[in-house]
Amino acid sequence: MFSKGTKRKFSDSDEETSDENLVGARVASSYSLQRQSLLDMSLIKLQLCHMLVEPNLCRSVLIANTVRQIQEEMTHDGSWHMVAEAFCSAGQSPSERLVATEVLCRSREQDAEPKLFSVISYEGCREEEVVADETLCSVSVSDTVSNVCLTGRMGQCWEKSELRGVERDEEVLEDSSLGSGEDDELDTEDEASTESPKTIGQVFGTFEIKNSSPGPDSALEELFSDVDTSYYDLDTMLTGIQSAPKMGPYDLLDSLAPSHSSPSIVSTPNCRSDLNELDHIMEIIVGS
Amino acid sequence: MGEDSESPKINHSFLRDYVTEADVISTVEFNQTGDLLATGDKGGRVVIFHRETESKIESEELGESGEYNVYSTFQSHEPDFDYLKSLEIEEKINKIRWLPQQNAAHFLLSTNDKTIKLWKVSERDKRPEGYNLKDEEGRIKDISTVTSLQVPVLKPTDLMVEVRPRRIFANGHTYHVNSISVNSDGETYLSADDLRINMWHLDITDRSFNIVDIKPANMEDLTEVITAAEFHPQHCHLFVYSSSKGTLRLCDMRESALCDKHSKIFEEPEDPGNRSFFSEIISSVSDVKFSHSGRYLLTRDYLTVKVWDLNMEKGPVETYQVHEYLRGKLCSLYENDCIFDKFECVWNSTDSVIMTGAYNSFFRMFDRETGRGVTLEAWRESSKPRAVLRTRRVYTGGRRRRGDVGVDSLDFSKKILHMAWHPAENIIAIAATNNLYIFQDRVNAENQ
Repeated sequence: MFSKGTKRKFSDSDEETSDENLVGARVASSYSLQRQSLLDMSLIKLQLCHMLVEPNLCRSVLIANTVRQIQEEMTHDGSWHMVAEAFCSAGQSPSERLVATEVLCRSREQDAEPKLFSVISYEGCREEEVVADETLCSVSVSDTVSNVCLTGRMGQCWEKSELRGVERDEEVLEDSSLGSGEDDELDTEDEASTESPKTIGQVFGTFEIKNSSPGPDSALEELFSDVDTSYYDLDTMLTGIQSAPKMGPYDLLDSLAPSHSSPSIVSTPNCRSDLNELDHIMEIIVGS
Repeated sequence: MGEDSESPKINHSFLRDYVTEADVISTVEFNQTGDLLATGDKGGRVVIFHRETESKIESEELGESGEYNVYSTFQSHEPDFDYLKSLEIEEKINKIRWLPQQNAAHFLLSTNDKTIKLWKVSERDKRPEGYNLKDEEGRIKDISTVTSLQVPVLKPTDLMVEVRPRRIFANGHTYHVNSISVNSDGETYLSADDLRINMWHLDITDRSFNIVDIKPANMEDLTEVITAAEFHPQHCHLFVYSSSKGTLRLCDMRESALCDKHSKIFEEPEDPGNRSFFSEIISSVSDVKFSHSGRYLLTRDYLTVKVWDLNMEKGPVETYQVHEYLRGKLCSLYENDCIFDKFECVWNSTDSVIMTGAYNSFFRMFDRETGRGVTLEAWRESSKPRAVLRTRRVYTGGRRRRGDVGVDSLDFSKKILHMAWHPAENIIAIAATNNLYIFQDRVNAENQ
């Protein structure tokens, strides 16, 4: 599953570190592969469990807890950042994504109501039945990307690297590394375990959208600045959701897939092109 | 869904499934005497079966108990749409609970994801005849033709069963209602959704009292949901609720108005040897039932049924493996979502036998005294009416006997999720997709 060559191509980061990581990855045991497969499967399940009827909250919570557990373990292993690298898109700078987050958060600020857990699509964002991507929002406003790096916590970095891959995806599950320069910190930081639970919680997509207030993680909001916020207008949601497929998840899935297949540049998603992405996603699921 | 005559290869199987999907039984429940059996289905309908009293059946001479025949059918819930959220509300009946009978009429509560309804089921087998001003068809008579007065009398007619909604308890739940339970006080009942439990008075529909709320202030902290809840059969102040993390919480309503803080918490420490990524999912409790005595709790998680003593919180007193052979297949079951199936569990009338469902139309019964379990099958093809059910076995190693089913041959689409046990006799009702099976204990019947 892990295509090491693909990773190498993707990696913008410090060459030395990448090499070391990749060498380590080469000895990925079947356990890691299975774990990765389970993670992919879980993410897909979370993204697709929301159709016309409200999602089954119990199932969503259980799947989300499973993902969290995998992520914790992978963070301990130190293998999470490799997955994060897979999310790095060559064509996109971190700051673009950071901005997207902020805009995303702002558009939802008016809703003070806590959102329910609905991991997949943003259309979940109806009153309590919606999950807002915590990572997208809670990380709120930070002025520079570098602020994110400076936190130095593994979990934090994991969170950010996830965010990168997620983009407009409400799924909080991704970790995205912020690309170059941070891998050193990611590598050196090993005691993320204490931080992990908290950041996992933050990352986790069930969360309320907080007001974007400046904080140490705020830079992450900028990650998603390029999100087409019109998608989140109430009208769009109420009318467009039913027909338009979910957005965001496909980015994640595209990001997941490339480590298995050909690398795909994650371009700035256009909410309106979701139909194509829906076909793509169905192909993956159906396996045709 | 148009049919194209030029493309005969169109796969219509999903159509067939769609047609019968509404008939899938989603809940089964006997009333307190066992004379009535109610089933709810995905199409929002409730079918009530009535047990023929023995005096009406000649076959009673053969030692057989009365049979259950359809008594009434009605549409309980309709498909609904939440306009605010642009989401459909399924009409599937999640639970039915009978109220204790107080007069000639029967009452039951039925619920879908959002709304609970109280239905009155009453019989009418007489009608007044002999009106002076109306003729038999109800037309007004010409007064000039009336020459004498008569007193209307009640004449027997064919039995008519009337079902009317008496109360509609709406807007009490934001999340999906998974349980309802009538209190022993006969006046209140609880309804539980994923995050909250409300207590209602049967006569008051415009408000309910929230007694449990586990919704975290920050939704990001949500890791556990309520999966089932039930009132204690005798103590009107006690109720229990189970969670997706495998814990049971016993709450005493006398302690505080909001019972977020449990009186007792029952959980079994995790077995480190069996730990996997699926440990939490398979520990999620899908059903919880008090024993008739009120002393024990029965819980069902994905692979086991457990009996808990209310006096001992640190672990179950009995654990029975329902289908341990699935433990090695958890990943596939996770992939096809079977791992999220919610099986119910039931006690027999004397709390000596417990029963739960499994896959491949199998269901399992465990004798608590001997600790032995037996596998039975609810499948028309393999049993004739009045034939004795033969036990089945899933082959898991060792000597393979004829009739054993291999683990890989199990049909995971045939799941026995819902079932009920007669409150006094050994009669069980098993829901298998859209079929209802009623089995009776032959031995006991002969002795009656």
